[in-house]
Amino acid sequence: MSARQQVINQGDRIFYIIAQWLGLAVIVFALLLVWNLFDGAWESIKKFGLEFLVGTTWDPVTRVFGTLPTIIGTLVKGFIALFLAIPISIGSAIFLAFYTPKWLRPVISYPIELLAGIPSIIFGMWALFVMVPVVRVMQIWLKANFGWFFLFDGPAVYGVGVLSGSFILAIMIIPIITAISKEILLTVPRSQVEGMLALGATKWEAIWQVALPYSRIGLFGAVILGLGRAIGETMAVTMVGGNSFAMIHSLFDPVHSMASQIASEFTEATYSLYTSSLIYVGLVLFGITIFISLAAQFLIWRLSKGKLAILD
Amino acid sequence: MKYKTFLLAIAALVMSGTTALAGCPTKGVKELTGAGATFPYPLYSKMFNEYNKACNVKVNYQSIGSGGGIQQLKEQTVDFGASDGIMDEKQKTEAKGGTVLHIPTVSGAVAVVFNLPGVKTGQLRLTGDVLADIYLKKISNWNDKRIQALNSGVKLPDQTIAVVHRSDGSGTTFIFTNYLSKVSPEWKDKVGFSTSVNWPGDVGGKGNEGVANSVKQIPGAIGYVELAYAKQNNIDWAQVENKAKKFLDPTLEGAAAAADVANLPDNMEVVITDSDNAAAYPISGFTWLLAYENQTDVAKGDAIAQLFWWMTHEAQQYAIPLEYAPLKGAAIKKTEALIKKIKAGGSFALK
Repeated sequence: MSARQQVINQGDRIFYIIAQWLGLAVIVFALLLVWNLFDGAWESIKKFGLEFLVGTTWDPVTRVFGTLPTIIGTLVKGFIALFLAIPISIGSAIFLAFYTPKWLRPVISYPIELLAGIPSIIFGMWALFVMVPVVRVMQIWLKANFGWFFLFDGPAVYGVGVLSGSFILAIMIIPIITAISKEILLTVPRSQVEGMLALGATKWEAIWQVALPYSRIGLFGAVILGLGRAIGETMAVTMVGGNSFAMIHSLFDPVHSMASQIASEFTEATYSLYTSSLIYVGLVLFGITIFISLAAQFLIWRLSKGKLAILD
Repeated sequence: MKYKTFLLAIAALVMSGTTALAGCPTKGVKELTGAGATFPYPLYSKMFNEYNKACNVKVNYQSIGSGGGIQQLKEQTVDFGASDGIMDEKQKTEAKGGTVLHIPTVSGAVAVVFNLPGVKTGQLRLTGDVLADIYLKKISNWNDKRIQALNSGVKLPDQTIAVVHRSDGSGTTFIFTNYLSKVSPEWKDKVGFSTSVNWPGDVGGKGNEGVANSVKQIPGAIGYVELAYAKQNNIDWAQVENKAKKFLDPTLEGAAAAADVANLPDNMEVVITDSDNAAAYPISGFTWLLAYENQTDVAKGDAIAQLFWWMTHEAQQYAIPLEYAPLKGAAIKKTEALIKKIKAGGSFALK
């Protein structure tokens, strides 16, 4: 073995050890986080157990804590936002990847990426001062004309509530989903699309039948990232969500989100069971996020298996 | 000659007397740390800035909220705490350094603000029990007989009341709900008072700015904010009836008067809502500094007592420009007695 080889091998070994430790550190941090959440929430877990998840009263005075309305509020707002954001994001990603001339692409996509990086308090302020008054007018109109439908039979005049919260979340996740989806669509091999075109397909058919199926797993991942942000979002949704602990019955009802509830009440939580219950909310939020991520993994696995089956 | 020395001695005595109470640490402490309430933060930040100029002592104050302030004082990770509420018995027994003193610095008024087309500041009068029933959702329309009876000269519209409250835990909520608990047995029974409560209704806004904004935007809304926010945002406010049956605008004078009553307890652990003073605005409250009565570090104990004395005396001049009510009359006497209780290493810090 020559001296030079030995040096390289030693360097490799050191790098291997460093990388190994860094990899382990991430896992250790994650475990510490879970342990800390459990530890902090323990007083509340002992007192309320799983009742906490189905309880509908959040009363710091009588020291009774239950968080079902907040869980529902968080999920409803997150999924409505996703429902609104998906067509817009994927649509603009397709436009950017397949219809925009190469020189124009950065001109359009740079502002979108910029939007993805704007702090949420800015979105929140804009929403409170500009968007909510518009939503209020819209809600009053909806209630006047479609008030017979239970989703529109709520306190329309408030403006803040499920709908405003969902809108601002949608606006916040559109840039993220668009930016990632565009990159994914750009990885579709040109030859595949061009092959399709050569066979006489229209551009629409090439995109719909080749590009989208090819990148569906990546697109699905982009959507899940968007959902993750929507569910964990704190500041903007606090400002326009209405922050009530009551159960929602319509799209206009004010409701809290889990993350914003923790941020709002943590500073003035003046006794340990209160603090502990807020950490418990954090633990539940953590659990929901992990569940969504795992469900997404499972769906991706099913999707890719489906593809293999077709190849067989 | 003898006369002159006598005069000098007098002068020296007077000066030493004033320096002992003027407020600069005498034992070389150059830095103090405190944490707690956000409500007095603008004032404390101004005070500590001036204190640094006057005494060359740096006071680091983190406005992490009353709960956090109490927590850190309990754990003795700060030299003093600050809170908008009174520590409960459990917290007091958990405090590692023994007895905790609650020293009031200023009081504040909470304004009841509303948004009602055609009705302006000075035109709407509310009593405590009507306000409580509005927040209990028992009175749901502005043309309700009970509101109309208080405002015979005003045409109240047929408009649903939208009730707005703070969604974050806050001292403002503590004062407001404490007031409602005192004037309405039903409120006390069903909701109670705390920095955050289980509200019967409607919209929660984050911070004073969130409540102020929702009230401004929603027709028929009613809410409560610190007086400073109501003034700055130009929102209409209601006159509230005090214990002496007088309807008063929220003012700093009214908040100061609320603290100036004969029956203040010696430990000043009192919420001065619904005060006996005839000139008092009823929705007013103290904010407190928290410190251990027995300071083990002699130099720190001296510095804390000096700082507290300065904040409750000389520095009171900064209160009014920043919309806080300075201590007055009976309140200042009791506060002085409390600060003089602080012991540094076994003997009283202030002579």
